[in-house]
Amino acid sequence: MFPLDHLLIGQKAVIESIETDFLPLKLIEMGCLPGNEISLLHLAPFRDPLYLKIDEAHLAIRKEVAQYIMVKPLMDD
Amino acid sequence: MIKNINVALIGNPNTGKTSVFNALTGLNQKVGNYPGITVEKKQGSCRLDRVTKARILDLPGTYSLNASSMDESVVVELLLNKNDPDFPDVAVVVTDVENLKRNLLLFTQIKDLEIPTVLVINMSDQMQRKGIKIDIEKLEEKLNTSVVLVSTRLNSGVEKLKQILIDYRSISTLPILDSTTIDQDYFENLAKAFPNQSLYKLWLVITQDVNFTKLERQKVPDTTQFKTQPQSYLKKLQQRETIKRYQTINKILKETYSVNREEATDLRSKLDNLLIHKFWGYVIFFLILLTIFQAIFDWSSVPMDFIDSSFAHMSEWIKTQMPAGILTDLIAEGVISGLGGIVIFIPQIAFLFFFISILEETGYMSRVVFLMDRGLRKFGLSGKSVVPLISGTACAIPAVMATRNIENWKERLITILVVPFTTCSARLPVYMILISLVIPNDRLLGINYQGLTLMGLYLIGFLMAIVSASILNRLLKSPNKSYFVVEMPNYKLPLFKNVAITVWEKTRTFVVEAGKIILAISILLWFMASFGPGEKFSNAEQIVTQQYANEAINGLELENKIASFKLENSYIGILGKTIEPLILPLGYDWKIGIALISSFAAREVFVGTLATIYSVESDAEETIKIRMAGEIRNDESRLFNLPAGISLMLFYAFAMQCMSTLAIVKKETNSWKWPSIQLFSMTVIAYLSALMAYQILK
Repeated sequence: MFPLDHLLIGQKAVIESIETDFLPLKLIEMGCLPGNEISLLHLAPFRDPLYLKIDEAHLAIRKEVAQYIMVKPLMDD
Repeated sequence: MIKNINVALIGNPNTGKTSVFNALTGLNQKVGNYPGITVEKKQGSCRLDRVTKARILDLPGTYSLNASSMDESVVVELLLNKNDPDFPDVAVVVTDVENLKRNLLLFTQIKDLEIPTVLVINMSDQMQRKGIKIDIEKLEEKLNTSVVLVSTRLNSGVEKLKQILIDYRSISTLPILDSTTIDQDYFENLAKAFPNQSLYKLWLVITQDVNFTKLERQKVPDTTQFKTQPQSYLKKLQQRETIKRYQTINKILKETYSVNREEATDLRSKLDNLLIHKFWGYVIFFLILLTIFQAIFDWSSVPMDFIDSSFAHMSEWIKTQMPAGILTDLIAEGVISGLGGIVIFIPQIAFLFFFISILEETGYMSRVVFLMDRGLRKFGLSGKSVVPLISGTACAIPAVMATRNIENWKERLITILVVPFTTCSARLPVYMILISLVIPNDRLLGINYQGLTLMGLYLIGFLMAIVSASILNRLLKSPNKSYFVVEMPNYKLPLFKNVAITVWEKTRTFVVEAGKIILAISILLWFMASFGPGEKFSNAEQIVTQQYANEAINGLELENKIASFKLENSYIGILGKTIEPLILPLGYDWKIGIALISSFAAREVFVGTLATIYSVESDAEETIKIRMAGEIRNDESRLFNLPAGISLMLFYAFAMQCMSTLAIVKKETNSWKWPSIQLFSMTVIAYLSALMAYQILK
């Protein structure tokens, strides 16, 4: 388990936990919830922002927020 | 008897809600503002059948009823306030077939407010291509409402939606989620404190507390006494609510919705690989920018020249057709030239929004935000500042308005404050005439000095925007953290109708917003130039005629001399002379002072004002130029020499000389504080750089 911003491009993972005090509610409403699948599609230069697919939503968030999302990579796939 | 019903269109951004609105109302729509705030209010009407007419309100896009921006709280406030004249009889939640799960979150919230709520699943033409299957009947049963598949692209489903709206009373208003399951103790206490009220409604009032204005407060149940839990606990409950809702939605969708991923095409990933590529992504963006600038500066010059000459002719025509006098002068010189000063920008604004709306419609703009965010953040701006900065090259007014979708207040404020530094098109005529006066038309290694200077002026404006953004970034304290969450929508072809309506709406807003101010100032300036105190002004004709009595001078020349003398002794002339000591160190005289003041209507007025001051009989640029080149100082040197020219250009590059922009900044920031700061600091920057340039080059 590690923070989301350590994920590699193309890697899939499952959201393990979120630090709810630091995440905007909007992100949670977009599906950023424990148990949902997440994958990193692209990174802008300097690895920030991150372009993610969370559940069925495609969205970009900044690295400062991504570090509050803990993920567990999916081995197969 | 015609029956009117209120319909509210609600939905997440990027669901094609506006397309549904356009399909329902066509051009029967008007855009205004919600009172006191700058959120756009789009309303339209639509005939449902012979006896029913729907008033349709297109509410701002929102992801949920937990508002985090002004746009979103408009939606919540309306839905909580039964007494609002716009309160919907029926709500239509527009969703995107591909993001149904996320869109249903909002749907369930609205349904729980016990308002009849119809579900529209939009972009249904994509279903086959994406391998999506939906059991509509079962979904209707589970959600306890009517569900319509709509495709605005194929124009299908809209008629069925109208039929459902007519019969809205038959839609159940039972809530989907039992609020007590979020936190039993909390909600049971709430029910005790406020018997017979919708629990979910009360809950929203409590959590939205901060957003309500005093007036709105009286219209909803007063929950201020009900403070049993701290804010952080309420936030936890909001999250728990979201999780509960998703659980319910997942259960429903499992039985009704299926996607065969195999059938999905990967247009998104192919285009993304190119468009947000670390190198090619920027190259493509740069090329698109070039095209936009080409359109703004080159293509629009044809209609602009036409508008310019038409208004000049109109002014002349009125002078010949109407009896000579004050009223004719006011119309010909004040009103018409003021109107011309507005209309002339329409081609550029229209081109700008044509491109911007295409970029937004296709989904490309979100990719630009993604590409640019990191770079711009260093300066306290956001990826979302790109659109305002591009728009600023046409005009600061639409640019300031385009900052509305930057959620972070600090980033938005900085964008608003620095955007007037970008070189707007009103500066162009000023630069053109000054460059041709003081910069030699020579080449160095094939590069033209004049072109180079113009490019330098654009760069220096942009650079100043970035530098002042970094300074503001350090000075301003941010009350809230970053909420940068950008949805990356699917790529799609733009709908012509949506583009056309956007261009029309934005252009109209510009004409109205900027227009009234430019017009008012033009009339004021006309007045100040046409009247003056004392003998000198009223006896101008006599004085000048006597002065030239012994010289060979023809009638026309004499007339010009009189006009010039009058101006010198008019109110504005006196004003120009008053500020002369202040601007003398910059290399200007009182005549340029007048031009500086009148530039507050719009910067390009500079040229026209000088034409009047130098009593040039025609507005043709060549004539003015020759006259300006001939103007001399006390020591017989040219007035418009290189130091003074550069000093003036820098002054125009940095000064906040536009009343309309100040007015719009006041409106957008809701206080006089920021436009005052902007006016003061930009003037200081302009003054000091002009001073330095003149004193060093002199």
